[in-house]
Amino acid sequence: MSVQSPVEPESDLAPAPRQPRRVGFSQTLSRWDVKVSPYLYISPFFILFFITGLFPILYTGYVSVHKWQLLQGQGDFVGFDNYTQVFQQKDFWLSLRNTLSIFVISAVPQVIAAILIAAFLDQNLRAKTFWRMGVLLPYVVAPVAVGLIFGRLFADQSGLINSWLGVFGIDPVGWHVDPLASHIAIATMVNFRWTGYNALIFLAAMQAVPRELYEAAIIDGAGRVRSFFSVTIPQIRATVVFVVITSTIGGLQIFDEPRVFDSAGAGGASRQWLTTTLYLYNTGWSGQYNLGRAAAVAWLLFLLILAIGLVNFALTQRIASGSSSGPGKKAKKQSRRYDANRKSA
Amino acid sequence: MRKTTRKFLAVTASVASIALLATACSSDDDPAPAGTGGEATPDTSKPITLTVATFNNFGYTEELLAEYSKTHPNVTVKQTIAAKSEDARTNLTTKLAAGGAGLADVEAIEIDWLPELVQSSDKFLDLKSDEVEGRWLEFKTKPATAADGKLIGYGTDVGPEAICYRSDLFEAAGLPSDPAEVAELLGGDGATWDKYFEVGKTFVDKSDSAWFDSANAIYQGMVNQLEAAYENPDGTPIPLGENDAVKGLYETVTGADVQELSAHLGQWSDDWTAAFQKSGFATMLCPAWMTGPIEQNSGGITGWNIADVFPGGGGNWGGSYLTVPAAGPNAEAAKELAAWLTSPEIQIKAFLNAGTFPSQTEALSDPALTGATNKFFNDAPVGTIFGNRYKAIEVTPFKGPNYFSIHTAVGNAITKVDVEKSADSAAAWQGALDEFNALGL
Repeated sequence: MSVQSPVEPESDLAPAPRQPRRVGFSQTLSRWDVKVSPYLYISPFFILFFITGLFPILYTGYVSVHKWQLLQGQGDFVGFDNYTQVFQQKDFWLSLRNTLSIFVISAVPQVIAAILIAAFLDQNLRAKTFWRMGVLLPYVVAPVAVGLIFGRLFADQSGLINSWLGVFGIDPVGWHVDPLASHIAIATMVNFRWTGYNALIFLAAMQAVPRELYEAAIIDGAGRVRSFFSVTIPQIRATVVFVVITSTIGGLQIFDEPRVFDSAGAGGASRQWLTTTLYLYNTGWSGQYNLGRAAAVAWLLFLLILAIGLVNFALTQRIASGSSSGPGKKAKKQSRRYDANRKSA
Repeated sequence: MRKTTRKFLAVTASVASIALLATACSSDDDPAPAGTGGEATPDTSKPITLTVATFNNFGYTEELLAEYSKTHPNVTVKQTIAAKSEDARTNLTTKLAAGGAGLADVEAIEIDWLPELVQSSDKFLDLKSDEVEGRWLEFKTKPATAADGKLIGYGTDVGPEAICYRSDLFEAAGLPSDPAEVAELLGGDGATWDKYFEVGKTFVDKSDSAWFDSANAIYQGMVNQLEAAYENPDGTPIPLGENDAVKGLYETVTGADVQELSAHLGQWSDDWTAAFQKSGFATMLCPAWMTGPIEQNSGGITGWNIADVFPGGGGNWGGSYLTVPAAGPNAEAAKELAAWLTSPEIQIKAFLNAGTFPSQTEALSDPALTGATNKFFNDAPVGTIFGNRYKAIEVTPFKGPNYFSIHTAVGNAITKVDVEKSADSAAAWQGALDEFNALGL
């Protein structure tokens, strides 16, 4: 067992080729070690991912091109019939509308609120840990319990929120009737659960921002607001991108909250709050047990999430670099100037 | 070369040891070998554990299940309870689809899931036996019987419907409030829906409360009196646009006269639950099991009573079965347990525990049942009332595999008119037709 080291291509000008040198096996091993080991160390994740992540995705694709009932199992190969059937379903398009609507009115305020909360938590507070843990508490509450509580709050006739509105002379809102109202109610549940969670992620990123930058900003006469926009936001850009991507994925897969929003769990009589995941579930697991069609919905949802995720990634990249790279550079310049001043002093 | 061989050996050895471990584990789990499947005489020498999966409250208490071990010393019975029947349904269908692994030895199912399960009757044990012959009325066993005559479920409870009403609200509106008088008022044995709505009209004229809780509940009561509501008995769906019987019922419950009587609530919604405390409505269609939720929601309200009457004759709403998945390792022993759990005397105990009305004909004449009263409903003789209501059931509604989907479409239309008030009767019906067409039947 020996390996020849690669021979360089001959050229006319080159001297006569050297005899290939025999390399010791131990040396080969150590070269392999350098080249292969890192991949081995990270391989457990990828092996697990192929088994538990990639395989289901591909298998879902396989199911989606077959006629497939939940109880009867696999049927004939039907090509893309399931997809065309899904496109013909009014409920599917309604579910897309609802999903996007709930996603927008939950994710946008959620990320903004989370950054603001994190900024406040990043200040010098008394009982820091208490406030930080408190922010995370809603996340610990089971989604079904959240559904029960908010179901009471948002009940159309007997709900607390409608009776509060009544105090101000506002007519009761049909939380289970009007599509937009139902989306707001569901988005409220989502925000209740996830805002604190995201705030903690932002907080962790903010803690890593070098304090000198803030000192420099203060010396340059920046107020709290200015240093928030010109120092904090540019510095935590990567985290913003991360949170936006994860909440895109989570928001488009929303299921628990709309499912527990009424007792039937089917998304409302006019499908006011039927989300795509809920539609997928109803197609595959109740009524017609059409797993083939459900798998097609799953794949479409997968592609949609991928597309919106990429758009969001591009947007956050642009927003973070476009609107704040100027001030960010300025801040760096300022800090450099501050250093220079200090040295000269 | 040598190295590869050694590697190969190592791999083989580890695979073999894992396989050995796995088999060792599984033989620990099911000590009763497959050979014991003799007719109703499972091996009684080896200790086995049988699991029973139920939902809500079947009335199978720890003590009740422990009783089984007295006659079957080798058997321990364990119960897993799902909070909602939907959860139990998803669990059952998903695991059946996956080949039956992980299912309990005895799985409880609701009557509404039967149509789809009867189609896959090969996944269940045939429960026919001489021992249980003639135990149930035909309307109970018929839906659980597959096309080839196989019986896949033993009936547990039934939902014979009576009328539950608020005697205090009746009195305030100047109507008679005694159960016998109310039954007479609603037409006695010849009670009709028209009569029920007519009395409702007199009631709402003199009261702030509505007559009934939900138009969908009334519709449900009416549909359960049709022999073939949405599908022909051969299983083909009736096009909803040509279904005059269903359209007639739909127009009745969404018509102006009946809508005037409705509290406009979706059953099981938070508003519905809250309305019990606010005297929101005076009557409810009341299957035996509904007495539980009424009592639960009406804490502090004392006027509830039950009239031994039901419009349009008898009606059944709900009821469950016990099935034995064929893939279970102790299927024969499980069959024996299921037969025991659905025997008349155990069903009466379950009724006293949880209000689940027994479906066994023999149980109906048992003094333990006929003498049963319900304290919350002003000591109404529930045993006798629901017994009478059970005997009055004449029609077995045929429910095929598409029953659920079509029923949901019509129910959604009624919700739009009755609860949401987001569409008028005609527009909502068009919505139901669209939904039906989208099913692509």
